[in-house]
Amino acid sequence: MDSLNVYILIIVFFPLVGSLIVGFTCRVVSNRFSHTITTGMLLVSAIFSFKVLYMYSFESYLPFEKTLYVWGNIYDVKFEVGFLIDRLTAIMLFVVTVISFLVHLYTIGYMQGDSGYNRFFSYISFFTFAMLMLVVSNNFLQLFFGWEAVGLASYLLIGFWFKRPTAIFANLKAFIVNRVGDLGFLLGIAAVFCCFGTLNYNEVFSSVDSVISDNSVVLNTVISFNTVSAVTFISICLFIGAMGKSAQVPLHVWLPDSMEGPTPISALIHAATMVTAGIFMVARMSPIFEHSQTALIFVLLIGTITCFFMGILGIVQNDIKRVVAYSTLSQLGLMVTALGVSAYSAAIFHLVTHAFFKALLFLGAGSVIVALHHEQDIRYMGNLRKYMPITYYTMLIGSLALAGIPGFSGFFSKDLIIENVHLSNLPYSDLAYYLLVAGVFITSFYSFRMFFLVFHTNERIDPHLGVVKEPPYVITLPLLILAFFALFSGWIFFDSILQNYFGSAIFVKNLDNSNFLLKELVDAKHLFLHGILSLPFLMSLLGIVTAWYLYCFNINLATTIKSKLRVVHYILINKYGFDAFNQYFLSFGVRFFGKILWKIGDVFLIDKLIVNGVPYLIKSCSNFVKRIQTGRLYNYVYIMITGFVLLLFGLLSNVT
Amino acid sequence: MVVLSNYLMFSSILLVIGITGIFINRKNIIVLLMCIELVLLAVNTNFIAFSRYLGDYTGQVFVFFILSVAAVEAAIGLAILVIIFRNRGTVSVRKMNDLKG
Repeated sequence: MDSLNVYILIIVFFPLVGSLIVGFTCRVVSNRFSHTITTGMLLVSAIFSFKVLYMYSFESYLPFEKTLYVWGNIYDVKFEVGFLIDRLTAIMLFVVTVISFLVHLYTIGYMQGDSGYNRFFSYISFFTFAMLMLVVSNNFLQLFFGWEAVGLASYLLIGFWFKRPTAIFANLKAFIVNRVGDLGFLLGIAAVFCCFGTLNYNEVFSSVDSVISDNSVVLNTVISFNTVSAVTFISICLFIGAMGKSAQVPLHVWLPDSMEGPTPISALIHAATMVTAGIFMVARMSPIFEHSQTALIFVLLIGTITCFFMGILGIVQNDIKRVVAYSTLSQLGLMVTALGVSAYSAAIFHLVTHAFFKALLFLGAGSVIVALHHEQDIRYMGNLRKYMPITYYTMLIGSLALAGIPGFSGFFSKDLIIENVHLSNLPYSDLAYYLLVAGVFITSFYSFRMFFLVFHTNERIDPHLGVVKEPPYVITLPLLILAFFALFSGWIFFDSILQNYFGSAIFVKNLDNSNFLLKELVDAKHLFLHGILSLPFLMSLLGIVTAWYLYCFNINLATTIKSKLRVVHYILINKYGFDAFNQYFLSFGVRFFGKILWKIGDVFLIDKLIVNGVPYLIKSCSNFVKRIQTGRLYNYVYIMITGFVLLLFGLLSNVT
Repeated sequence: MVVLSNYLMFSSILLVIGITGIFINRKNIIVLLMCIELVLLAVNTNFIAFSRYLGDYTGQVFVFFILSVAAVEAAIGLAILVIIFRNRGTVSVRKMNDLKG
């Protein structure tokens, strides 16, 4: 167990060390030094996390919890830094470090010649550290630390090119929208503390059961909750945090805008790791969520809405990165839907496969962008297959995985989720099932629309662009490695996921569905054969064919459809008006409200009435009193005598 | 026969004359001093009248004190008056409004 402790320390803190070294010396050290240090640290970290994953998967280590350091004490409440390692953590560690390492490697090529090269490496290493802290945490407070730190890293990296006004707008937007989610998250943590009196995961999870069976009232605030509604309240609050971080409707608006950041960031933070923190968190909190059906229905609905409606938006986007961003939103919605039907392990499985193929798609998009000298509009691409074969084939693998073609990793996880939703008897799960199946069609349609427009069709590249060629190996190598994972991670993990891989790390109240699926699907090979005739596969095939027909074969039809459905197109281009609503109603509304408070509350009430009013009152009083002070002797004497006489008169009249 | 009330009446008239003099005098500080003197005399008359009426001589002793104090006061007052005249060139009460707010 001791060696495990050391491994975890190495995994978590090496990226931090790298980040600090490069961060503090970023103005003096060479680019070569900074990328060697940070990438090297990440490589070590990735190797050890692979070792940990191996230990947990094959050497059946038991879950391991350790408190490293108590940094605060209030009465008997301890604020700790600690680790909780089980299979869930191990797999997350593996995904985060491997993708982070590959992104570091990729960045060497992508950011070459940028003035903020060293700073960039420092930021992404810091991000990795924060994400790892989030993943390994054994208490809510450390989770919150990681949660905020990844948010900070995301903010810094979206606004990495801080001279662009759009980047500044995007990073502020991301930060503010995430604050909304974090408020819910913080309330959830506070409610957990109120109910259970501790912030440690294991203690909370073990007392949930007894609290539910005792049926003791545990949360008395403005509204008093009974036990079940308290658990619902906690779950929904925590899930609101996840909605912010994992970009679920209506807090999704920041994710497409975050594409202003450099492409490696979009791959690492806004596709593979940070946005999946919400999924991970809900899976980790499964013992709480499982006790509240209301919360699960809420999760299910939000996930389904995100999955379906955000996917549609991908069809009308022309920016290569935004297409991938909307597909990320849609896939996150899919994972959240899985959480809603208690298929936590399927959600985590999709998280893993998605992390690989989506990082691949983003990095491939980045490779295209580099080759085209920072052209991002897919209307000015086309026929790139001729120039960049490696990117072409890896992107093909990524797109097939995303579309869920049997054999590719996305197929296994997506199919598992859809089967789970189909089997679920939660209210609205039928609706969710049909929306998800429709979502599969949309996903494959827009991802292949992008794919065909970029790599096939006729060449529409600006002829003045210069030579278009495959980028250097530091860019293509990560693509190849990720393509390997996108191909095989489904085969590798599927069987063990099906056989309840996570064990005690994830709590599911009703195991009927997963037992049934185990009997039905048996193993990866079986599912592969079974999948060729399944509805989701047919839908995704249909999507690919439609995309091919509309964008390669009969190009005029697409424009005809566009002009026929002008209203729909208008709605989609405006993203259902979420941005406009936020911009004009929320932000202008808040500013208007603030202006009212400023004008009435501050300027009028405080400044005019209180601060200036008191001296004015004193001055006018004294102006009046001043008139008595004539300075003439006879007036004083007159007042004195009159006063004396009156006094005397009063005294005498009292005596008699 | 002259009774106590006559004395008191007389002293009140003196007092009122003195005070009225202080009120309505706008020109001259000397008149002011004289008016104060009149007020003191009214008090003295009162003292003497009551002393005689009650058969107690303490009142008359007081009168001596008051007279001497009044003499001293007059001396100091005149000295101040001379200084004021030297500084301002006038002794008008109307002009003495330095304390005006």
